[in-house]
Amino acid sequence: MSGVSFTISLIYVLAAVGFVLGLHLMNAPATARRGNLVSAGGMAVAVIATVVLLAQRHVGSVNWTVMAVGGVVGGGAGLWEARTVKMTAMPQLVSIFNSVGGGAAALLAINDILQQRHDGLSNLSSITGALDILIGLVTFTGSLVAAGKLQGWIPGRPLIFRGSRASNAVLAAGFLAGGVWLIVSPASTAALVLLLAAASIFGVTMVLPIGGADMPVVISLLNAFTGTAVAMAGFVIDKPVLIIAGALVGAAGTILTKLMADAMNRSIVNIIVGGFGTGDGAQPAAVTGDVTVRQVTADDAAIQLGYASKVIIVPGYGLAAAQAQHEMSELSQYLEDRGIDVSYAIHPVAGRMPGHMNVLLAEANVPYPLLKEMDEINPEFDRADVALVVGANDVTNPAARRPGNPISGMPILDVDHAKCIIVIKRSLGHGYAGLDNELYADPKTEMFFSDAKKGLVALLAALKTLVA
Amino acid sequence: MTTELLTDLTIFALAVLVGFEVISKVPATLHTPLMSGANSIHGVVLIGAMVITAAVSSTYALALAAVAMAFAAMNVVGGYVVTDRMLHMFRRRPAAAAASAPGDKPGDPRGELPGDKEAAAR
Repeated sequence: MSGVSFTISLIYVLAAVGFVLGLHLMNAPATARRGNLVSAGGMAVAVIATVVLLAQRHVGSVNWTVMAVGGVVGGGAGLWEARTVKMTAMPQLVSIFNSVGGGAAALLAINDILQQRHDGLSNLSSITGALDILIGLVTFTGSLVAAGKLQGWIPGRPLIFRGSRASNAVLAAGFLAGGVWLIVSPASTAALVLLLAAASIFGVTMVLPIGGADMPVVISLLNAFTGTAVAMAGFVIDKPVLIIAGALVGAAGTILTKLMADAMNRSIVNIIVGGFGTGDGAQPAAVTGDVTVRQVTADDAAIQLGYASKVIIVPGYGLAAAQAQHEMSELSQYLEDRGIDVSYAIHPVAGRMPGHMNVLLAEANVPYPLLKEMDEINPEFDRADVALVVGANDVTNPAARRPGNPISGMPILDVDHAKCIIVIKRSLGHGYAGLDNELYADPKTEMFFSDAKKGLVALLAALKTLVA
Repeated sequence: MTTELLTDLTIFALAVLVGFEVISKVPATLHTPLMSGANSIHGVVLIGAMVITAAVSSTYALALAAVAMAFAAMNVVGGYVVTDRMLHMFRRRPAAAAASAPGDKPGDPRGELPGDKEAAAR
């Protein structure tokens, strides 16, 4: 090993350390940003080291040009999207970045197989190549569909067609056959094409039947897939730094996926098999006969809030969907200025991804210390004068404490322990579990039917005139 | 070849374990930035794309490599920038407001954010 390539290998180790440390620093809000910078620093030195490594070889000017143009075009597009995206559209963007990562990993293995087929590729190394192509392509098309569903380009409801299970089984058989065939005879074009086609289509048909509300779990799972694909790409070109980084992400995505599924009291298999979960919860009134609820106006609600001494706000998906986080922030700031103790109860799956609600509220300048996690805030509901529920549904349903219904055992916020509960909601429509929320029938509950954004504006206006 | 594969497998297995260990301690509030941060880390596939791009010669292979480069670069640059943007928002309001906010526990280490010093200086 020459001095230069030894040094470069050392730098790769350094980069890998940067990735691990970076993730570790993301454990706490205080160090999270530094963690991301450490990780980015590791990436930067690894890229520079690779340029130096390649400069040692006889790389043609055409190759350098392709590298530079591809890098600048892709990097520029990524930079532009990252800087201009609205925070509410964040999950889609993460999904798109995930998609292209998986696509790049798959392309790498395709190119490697095409390149080396004539030199005689060993069957052993084509195992990782086939896995890389399979996982990479499923992620590529699957993440695009997930992003399309979140963006609303593809309907969020589960899209199931007759015989979709059977066709998925056929596709799975297709990529398995293609993969095995490719391992046995790495030079076969037909095998490669079969694998490519089956894997790409499977990515689409895997995600289509899954409801919009489950998309976060799917994105998280696909993120783990991409990590694994990248690790396989590391095997293909024998670069340990890719293996380490890919495996790290594979583990991260798996844990996140598990956590999210647990918080919804569902198994990952249940979500992937799909068909359950009606998605975006935007369906209008599905009032079921025997529920009597107490309806209030903005003025009534404002008076309750204005004379409370402790208010807990429970933001949910509806708040994010209505993009009402700034109105929420203004209202809570106003209450705070009146000397009212305000805090936010954040359910682990509030918003569209775990922690998404925190990002949305942080963007709207809600101070971080006001945001309380479920375990921390639940005992405080007993002392709260008002619990203000904005666009949250299933995570507040006391039915979860009883066995025998779809959300049994799901951890919920103890909203019903507050002295008074005000719910801002468009209708009595169901959440994604398709259940009546028993909270709404509670005599302590007041329903304020409105879009989250308009409702909060009306509340703030009423507060200013009535209790100023 | 087999020795290389074994070494690579060892690295893979250990890295998975390290990943579980490091990541399982992240609080739920940081899961979105974490997902985004992990997402940018798998952008390391850019290095693979560079190595492959340097090695190919035929036109179709160069075209595939160019797409791979663009994809990987988008993953890396976009991923890190968007994560940084998200994390930048995790800071308190200017010091005075935060200090008077009820329920704000002074000394809570998780409340000490990097933005605080700048905020206090302003």
